[in-house]
Amino acid sequence: MTTIAELPPGFADKVLSAQSTFRSVMDAMARPGSVQRIVPTAGTALTMMRGTAAIALTLFDHDTPLWLDARMTEASDVVKWLKFHTGAPVVQDSSIAAFALISDGGSLPALERFALGTNEYPDRSTTLILQVDSLDAGRGFELRGPGIDGVATLHASIKPFDLFERLRVNEALFPRGIDLVLVADDAVVAIPRTTRVVNKGS
Amino acid sequence: MNAPAYNFAYLDEQTKRMIRRAILKAIAIPGYQVPFASREMPMPYGWGTGGVQVTAAILGPQDVLKVIDQGSDDTTNAISIRKFFAKTAGVATTTATIDATVIQTRHRIPETALHENQVLVYQVPIPEPLRFLEPRETETRRMHALAEYGLMHVKLYEDIARFGHIATAYAYPVKVNARYVMDPSPTPKFDNPKMDNCPALQLFGAGREKRIYAIPPYTQVVSLDFEDHPFEPYRFNAPCALCGTENSYLDEIVTDDQGSRMFVCSDTDYCEGRQAVGHHGSLSAAPYKDKAGPHG
Repeated sequence: MTTIAELPPGFADKVLSAQSTFRSVMDAMARPGSVQRIVPTAGTALTMMRGTAAIALTLFDHDTPLWLDARMTEASDVVKWLKFHTGAPVVQDSSIAAFALISDGGSLPALERFALGTNEYPDRSTTLILQVDSLDAGRGFELRGPGIDGVATLHASIKPFDLFERLRVNEALFPRGIDLVLVADDAVVAIPRTTRVVNKGS
Repeated sequence: MNAPAYNFAYLDEQTKRMIRRAILKAIAIPGYQVPFASREMPMPYGWGTGGVQVTAAILGPQDVLKVIDQGSDDTTNAISIRKFFAKTAGVATTTATIDATVIQTRHRIPETALHENQVLVYQVPIPEPLRFLEPRETETRRMHALAEYGLMHVKLYEDIARFGHIATAYAYPVKVNARYVMDPSPTPKFDNPKMDNCPALQLFGAGREKRIYAIPPYTQVVSLDFEDHPFEPYRFNAPCALCGTENSYLDEIVTDDQGSRMFVCSDTDYCEGRQAVGHHGSLSAAPYKDKAGPHG
């Protein structure tokens, strides 16, 4: 049983750390494929990377239903930490989640299980935050779309391996769709629903 | 006792989180208007409360802020907002477009080309381009959902039928990333081509109407037109009377009651920058460098 006093702390400076983290995520979302760094750190358990923890403190609150994958849910410290620091309600039903935290990409549910928004309100969709092994080494991907000057290249080691094939549903769904934020330690890459990803091989 | 009773950049953290989430969705769906819970600000609606809230949500201590109103750094609105953030966030401010990291604007896009490390924040009065054609929000929302923009083309066509050309001169509708028709805010249509494939991120905030929308960098922005009536940017056919440029958007200034007038750059930073390197126009009083002499 962890008491609140034993929980790892949040940001040392709530206001400026949240601002700096948000700018990294905003730049990542505005320039898909670019690797942004998250500088501020918060104490957290091992299941959650420091980038993920900083994003949680920056964007989650009582207005954002949160869905956690099995590995996150099993880490009771993580759940307690999130609840204490953000107040976000943890929900079982992924289709009403504003954010989903996934630490075990191998067991990522079908994307249709998350909120995709409606044609009238495409913003009412789940933002997936997926922890990956690496965002600077691994298979090569070519990205095209808004925010990218021509083609962007991303080297990443990602599970599930067919992630970007599965993300192709975004093409047909638009303006509905899934926005994805990839986190590897303090590195962040965003793949909004407008980005088209092609596997370039290794 | 003099400690400020407000948070960094005025807004509380809960509000900033809400606005930040809206900004992320706006970037992910270019041109789509994301509803947000706009707050009361310490200035009236119409003075840029939407832009101020967006700026407050993104601004950090390292940022350098520029605020323009109709291209000018020196109007009441621009000075008030610049001072507001200098006071509440302690950020550095500038009038030089090139030095700014965040530029809040009302009704203009700077003449100087923007670069990748900049964010342009627009103040928007009426975010819905279809609003004057269809007053019901439920209907305009459905039209956006279905990408049903025939009505907008009818409006532009009626311009042609009545005036012989597309008479819409400002808030000229654009299509973003080949999907959403968007109101670029009441910028002159002269500025529309600058939105296309722009290296800077463009964010739009409408405070009274409670909407945030965005154009990511390097995104296609097309002004609506017809094959036989292509889009044409408009400017007065005159050089700037102060800096002589033939490429900038001009303000017309009436100088007496005999019908005399002069045309000067609306973008004051651009005009002053050109004068500083020696350009001058027909009505320049003296070379710029002499100005500081006798008086200063």
